[in-house]
Amino acid sequence: MTPLASYLLVAALLFSIGLAGALTRRNAILVLIGIELMLNAANLNLIAFWRYGPHPERMTGMIFAIFSIAVAAAEAAVGLGLVIQIHRHAKTTDLDAMNRMKG
Amino acid sequence: MSFAFYLVVALTVAGALAAVMLKNTVHCALALTVAFAGLALLFLQLDAQFAGFAQILVYIGAVAILVVFAILLTKGSETPRDGVYSHNWFVGLVIAAGVFAVLGWAVMGSARILPHETAVPTVTVLEIGNALVGRYVLALEIVAVLLTAATIGAVIVAMHEKEGKS
Repeated sequence: MTPLASYLLVAALLFSIGLAGALTRRNAILVLIGIELMLNAANLNLIAFWRYGPHPERMTGMIFAIFSIAVAAAEAAVGLGLVIQIHRHAKTTDLDAMNRMKG
Repeated sequence: MSFAFYLVVALTVAGALAAVMLKNTVHCALALTVAFAGLALLFLQLDAQFAGFAQILVYIGAVAILVVFAILLTKGSETPRDGVYSHNWFVGLVIAAGVFAVLGWAVMGSARILPHETAVPTVTVLEIGNALVGRYVLALEIVAVLLTAATIGAVIVAMHEKEGKS
């Protein structure tokens, strides 16, 4: 197995773990943790393709990964702010208990 | 693949599994930090030094701390009595396993035609900086605006509303 294929498999495994976490947990913060893991798996793919693909001196994959990290940080800030506000409003972060849109 | 690769992969996957499976939410956040550190080590193994250290700074330094703050502010560290998994957890698990099967099948099926450059790329921080303010300056500006808007938005969303004020 080539190194790139093993990195891609690791990224696929991390993505699936994150997806399983986002789909099975009840706490909204744990769902956000799962989404962060999925974003990181995508970043690992970008970096692996940059390293083993042709023309690494153009830095396309790495710059893409750096921008992706920045966007993921913005997503985490907004998502956690929303969770805090929902907790203040509904007194819970249990997603199974949040079944009304009008509070 | 080297022994160090398997060691780092084992650490990362164990951290990720613990982050989504542990009962106590604070322990989940700490396991998430382990997974982020393992990913940073994987980036360093891929000769992407800048991305690896950016990963440590942004994820371990900022996102993990933010998650811990959110957990403590929402009293999420208390384990609920009726389990930590959603009532339809089995469907989620099946979907995740299916996604992994499809991704693994696609990777293994195309393993022979994947590119494999052996030359180690040497990218200095100076080159990255020049690229950021040269070729990628528009993307840099957009990300700057996005980060500003997201920070202000997060503060406004999480701001405490006074009683009696609409």
